[in-house]
Amino acid sequence: MNRNKSGMSRALVRRETTAGYLFLLPSLFFFLTFVVYPMVMCIITSFFDSNMGKNTKDVFIGLGNYIELFRDQIFLGALKNTFIIVLVSVPVVMVFSLWVANCIYDMKPWLTSLFRVVFYLPVVTGSVAVTVVWKWMFNNRLGIFNYIFKSLGIIEKNINWLGDSKYALGCIILILLTTSVGQPIVLYVSALGNVDQSLVEAAEVDGANRRQVFWKIKWPQIMPTTLYILIITMINSFQCFALIQLLTSGGPNHSTDTIMYYIYYNAFKLYRYGYGNAMGVILMIIIAVLSAIQFKLGQSDS
Amino acid sequence: MLGQKSKATRAVELIVIFIIAVLFTFPLYWIITGAFKTVKEVNSTTPVWWPYEWTMDNWTKLMGKLKAPLFEINIPFSQYWSEDGNPIVAISGATVPAAIRWMINTVWMAVAAMLLTCLTSALAGYSLAKKRFVGRNLIFTLIVCAMALPKQVILIPLIREMSSLKLYNTLAAVIFPIVGWPFGVFLIKQFAESIPGEILEAARIDGAGELKTFNTVVFPMIKPGVGALAIFTFIQSWNDYFMQLIMLSSTKNLTISLGIAKMQAENSTDYGLIMAGAAFASVPIIIVFIIFQKYFTKGITMGAVKG
Repeated sequence: MNRNKSGMSRALVRRETTAGYLFLLPSLFFFLTFVVYPMVMCIITSFFDSNMGKNTKDVFIGLGNYIELFRDQIFLGALKNTFIIVLVSVPVVMVFSLWVANCIYDMKPWLTSLFRVVFYLPVVTGSVAVTVVWKWMFNNRLGIFNYIFKSLGIIEKNINWLGDSKYALGCIILILLTTSVGQPIVLYVSALGNVDQSLVEAAEVDGANRRQVFWKIKWPQIMPTTLYILIITMINSFQCFALIQLLTSGGPNHSTDTIMYYIYYNAFKLYRYGYGNAMGVILMIIIAVLSAIQFKLGQSDS
Repeated sequence: MLGQKSKATRAVELIVIFIIAVLFTFPLYWIITGAFKTVKEVNSTTPVWWPYEWTMDNWTKLMGKLKAPLFEINIPFSQYWSEDGNPIVAISGATVPAAIRWMINTVWMAVAAMLLTCLTSALAGYSLAKKRFVGRNLIFTLIVCAMALPKQVILIPLIREMSSLKLYNTLAAVIFPIVGWPFGVFLIKQFAESIPGEILEAARIDGAGELKTFNTVVFPMIKPGVGALAIFTFIQSWNDYFMQLIMLSSTKNLTISLGIAKMQAENSTDYGLIMAGAAFASVPIIIVFIIFQKYFTKGITMGAVKG
């Protein structure tokens, strides 16, 4: 019989290949048509002056869009805002969710579930419903924040939270935090529940205190979860969009633009399709580089 | 016992967490009570913590403002030959408040995306894990690379693509990119790796065809993964506001969150109406979440552990 190096007959190889591709086909069709093709188009169009086919034809301008980007003060501001959001929200989400998870994971099961549900609620509620209610709470005249802060004597006059560039970004980060901790808490609760109890007990017998048990035994074991949460939280914060669009539309005076919102603004408000795609490419590069760094760090750790 | 938390720390922790938990539920409380407040209560500068008289006014407004047919069944592919480029409606339901149609659209979109994703990913994940063929590694590498990129950057090119495919402003334009997103394939592949080769070998020697092997041997073993993926996809597509925003435009085609967002843009000061909309959009899915809480948690964690 004619066999190849893996010891399969030729007929079998053919059957495996056919079956393999047939099973793959439906998924591959959607993946190539609706993910890979637009990604490639995103890169290609970023080299063109294109306005969504509204008036003129696309004109090839090489790196023109990219050169303009780095002179565009609003884009640079959006880049800065995005980094502020990521740099504030990622550490806060990580620390807060680990702390909450560590407090609730060994409670009575019904209490653990209750808290898990509560912290996951803003995620299930959906970004639009969450955003509209916060918009009301932050409202200049009718919002409860101004009322509470005034009653407590913290502020004297009503503050226009979302309309003032001093506070708007902070408010957005606060809302983002409440919608971002749900998944990390669920993940940490399950990871902490899976920590090898015999190691914990052995360490306790040896006289380790709570802190030592946590850092020496639990922390290394939940490292993969930490890494995963780090990456998803980072990507989520980079893609912060619904909040901006519904709360401030990037205002006042572009002070709350993020990259994602500015891409949307250029593509769908100014119809600058190629320019928006150039920003998309920059965002892709930033996220790819950061993910690669985190992945490398995670590997060297374990 | 040494190393155990002392009772006092425990109590303090519990109190702090409890307070934070109350703050976390407050927005939802504010949505639900707000939906039943009168115009005067909503517009009061002193917050009304509990509505004095529960009114249905906001709900009447929510249900009365816009109307749309309950459902429409289009002639498949008719947008390619119809004169205006829109699908031809074969059967349409009674006229109902648009919010109800939006809810139906959202459920239909999320369920269709979920089923299609699970089906295609289960087949593809198994193929990538267990079949040996040329090009397998290349495809898998492509999938991993695509997954690391931010999903939203493809949205601008997608608009153009969907327009030329005449899918713009249809739910398919929202569903297909979700199905194409390769996370599911990746997840199922991780599950399918653990299927022992001997079982597949045995099935083949018994003369089982590829599809039969998949149905009777493979699927039962990757079922937990498929379940996790189903929940994951459902939540994701329900909440994928950005995609819905750019792909859907006419009133009858909106999803519930998009509909509420549009309402908010048009009546930005009528907080009672907007809260009724927000409550209508979120309470059903919250109830589903609480009932199936265990499965949700499992789905979320499994997606992470294996992914």
